[in-house]
Amino acid sequence: MELSGAEILVQSLKDEGVEYIFGYPGGAVLHIYDALFKQEDVKHILVRHEQGATHAADGYARSTGKPGVVLVTSGPGATNAVTGIATAYMDSIPMVVITGQVPLPVIGSDAFQECDTIGITRPCVKHNFLVKDVHKLAETIKKAFYIATTGRPGPVVVDVPKDVTDPNIKIPYEYPSSVSIRSYNPNVKGHRWQIKKAVDLLLSAKRPMIYSGGGVILGNASEQLREITRMLGFPITNTLMGLGAYPATDRQFLGMLGMHGTYEANMAMHECDVLFAVGARFDDRVTGRLAQFCPHAKIVHIDIDPASISKTVRVDIPIVGEVAQVLDDMIEMLRNSDKRPDEAALSAWWERIARWQSLDCLRYDRSSPLIKPQYVIEQLYEVTKGDAFVTSDVGQHQMWTAQFYKFDKPRRWINSGGLGTMGFGLPAAIGVKLAHPDADVACVTGEASIQMCIQELATALQYRTPIKIVNLNNGYMGMVRQWQEFTYESRYSHSYLETIPDFVKLAEAYGHIGMRIENPADVRPALEEAFRLKDRTVFLNFMTDPTENVYPMIEAGKAHHEMRLAPGMTVERELA
Amino acid sequence: MRHIISILMENESGALSRVAGLFSARGYNIESLTVAPTEDASLSRMTLVTTGSDEIIEQITKQLNKLIDVVKLIDISESSHIERELMMVKVRAVDQAREEIIRLTDIFRGKIIDVTPVSYVIEVTGEKSKLDAFLQTLDRDAIIEVVRSGTTGILRGDRGLHV
Ligand SMILES: Cc1cc2nc3c(=O)[nH]c(=O)nc-3n(C[C@H](O)[C@H](O)[C@H](O)COP(=O)(O)OP(=O)(O)OC[C@H]3O[C@@H](n4cnc5c(N)ncnc54)[C@H](O)[C@@H]3O)c2cc1C
Ligand SMILES: Cc1ncc(C[n+]2csc(CCOP(=O)(O)OP(=O)(O)O)c2C)c(N)n1
Ligand SMILES: [Mg+2]
Repeated sequence: MELSGAEILVQSLKDEGVEYIFGYPGGAVLHIYDALFKQEDVKHILVRHEQGATHAADGYARSTGKPGVVLVTSGPGATNAVTGIATAYMDSIPMVVITGQVPLPVIGSDAFQECDTIGITRPCVKHNFLVKDVHKLAETIKKAFYIATTGRPGPVVVDVPKDVTDPNIKIPYEYPSSVSIRSYNPNVKGHRWQIKKAVDLLLSAKRPMIYSGGGVILGNASEQLREITRMLGFPITNTLMGLGAYPATDRQFLGMLGMHGTYEANMAMHECDVLFAVGARFDDRVTGRLAQFCPHAKIVHIDIDPASISKTVRVDIPIVGEVAQVLDDMIEMLRNSDKRPDEAALSAWWERIARWQSLDCLRYDRSSPLIKPQYVIEQLYEVTKGDAFVTSDVGQHQMWTAQFYKFDKPRRWINSGGLGTMGFGLPAAIGVKLAHPDADVACVTGEASIQMCIQELATALQYRTPIKIVNLNNGYMGMVRQWQEFTYESRYSHSYLETIPDFVKLAEAYGHIGMRIENPADVRPALEEAFRLKDRTVFLNFMTDPTENVYPMIEAGKAHHEMRLAPGMTVERELA
Repeated sequence: MRHIISILMENESGALSRVAGLFSARGYNIESLTVAPTEDASLSRMTLVTTGSDEIIEQITKQLNKLIDVVKLIDISESSHIERELMMVKVRAVDQAREEIIRLTDIFRGKIIDVTPVSYVIEVTGEKSKLDAFLQTLDRDAIIEVVRSGTTGILRGDRGLHV
């Protein structure tokens, strides 16, 4: 088969099994767009801003586990994509981003729409390639998918100069069935001796704690995590990125940990004697003050990336490996071991935990005449029977969703944790809905965040991706306002948006349905109605209490046991 | 602590900037960095001298290993090794100073490789500390220019860094 570079690119995507490509055309990629036009297997989703393309591909990837694919033009197309690439990079999301580039002979001459895409993206990709020869194109695409999806996943950029896609130069095409890269061997199998030591340590624990993260979702190891947690009978917490990896409604689950985690999860971290970290990277939002992190604990850490191990917190038993495999090995060792967890110690530990739980740290005022944001999320949970895919933007609404929507399954909670990218939620929801057309998809957002990629409402109409936008409209950049209240004596410097658009009209202008909800009593009926409208995108503009804060909170420089609780909530001596 | 990290990497145009970018992005120190082709045309060898606590050096080697273009690396300062740096110094050399400079150069087993009526260029090789010492002995005001290659190194014995 003789194909041009542009055709090779498209055919490679087909051979890679790509369903959707999220993109936006421009001069440098016109040959590729022409090749896309002539086929129907790879469906192109035209976004309204390249940032939207990357987030939509990212949502697709997070909800399916398959790589997201993006196509943008050179120069401004590529720079607009950078935020989304960095977002995927920070959360280790597999993505392949094809960027057009000016023709090879003019690279470096400040040509029209030229930018150094390789240089600009280098710090926020797992790897990137500049394709200098059409003969290397298919192989490079293969490598890009291989690198993006193996080991610790991440985005890979393939920069393709326009002349490499010249429709008049045809060469024989064959898509490689496999690749090997001598300098890249994603380590998979954990060291057996280390695993054995870890199992022994876990079995000797008196006050154990499991701290699991996004790696369990990325590595499709939720079943193993559930199994081992059940076998051990230990309490478990998830990071923001790990929510859903362990069922939130299970009694061993203590909720999220970290800055806005639960009191019980953070206290258990502080008091534990053995910490079992699984696919989590000891982020600063999670650890609090490092010097006081888990001061009594010996730590086991499973991670596929050696660089995640002992990066900020030194661990006692590191295990480098694919989490599913390591947990399988551990489960097998536990089955064959004649030792059992220390039941007496565990039940004393669970009693202490129950006392922390009795504080009911997420409690909020249910008698307020204003809509409480927490209440909206609780109702969203009930109306969707806990089974929706929920994307979010960044801010207070994100934290309330993490606290109040009890995710029982992996890949249902789609949010930007590492980079914290406002604007992520809406395009991500479009990507999720394309991948799961029959599922309920909600985007929880704030009036500030939603305006960062609002133009994607048009994309949602064009591709009939009916999603429900749950806007917790508090009239503030709530998360910023909260910090200003706590640490800047309520000087609300530029955290108030004075000209918030009429979201109902805005939704209607984009061809969707808008609803404005002002009374707590209308929250549930509005949600029910919105989800009944199966084939429509509905923008639910909830006017929420503008002064509500996210509690509890570990403030900057504080440790796990020094949480700031909601006003009026106190810890009795015997709890602590 | 000072560490010398030897890296074999793909001889690709972007490889050097990936390493340099990693160091600046993560705030690691670079004392010196040298890179040149090897006997295998597909590989280049880089020698990187850096300083940091054990934890930082551990992160540096892990992060370098993560770069797709890095094929193999070794911290040669952890084993018995030889390190060398090449230095060329241009000095003002007139009158009695000419004799004195030749004497010093001999002591340091250097060579004078360029001569004019008023100047010498001296070549010295050795460990960094030896080159530093040589510069110390020269009259500061006589030095016109100093050019150093940065450190390279190799393990002692029959062990080598190969793919
Ligand atoms: C406003 C805001 C507030 C936040 N507050 C909190 C908070 O209160 N609590 C909280 O937890 N987070 C919070 N975050 C998120 C935080 O910034 C981090 O993104 C998050 O804690 C990181 O989660 P993680 O440790 O699970 O790591 P991830 O970023 O999910 O990384 C996954 C880890 O698993 C490893 N891994 C990947 N694949 C595999 C595999 N197959 N096998 C083994 N290992 C694998 C990776 O190498 C990596 O080390 C907040 C973010 C924002 C924006
Ligand atoms: C692109 C971007 N810019 C700035 C920030 C900093 N930031 C974090 S939360 C936030 C406010 C978000 O406001 P809103 O979307 O209304 O959510 P709320 O906190 O009110 O729920 C800001 C500005 C960010 N995370 N992302
Ligand atoms: Mg807001």
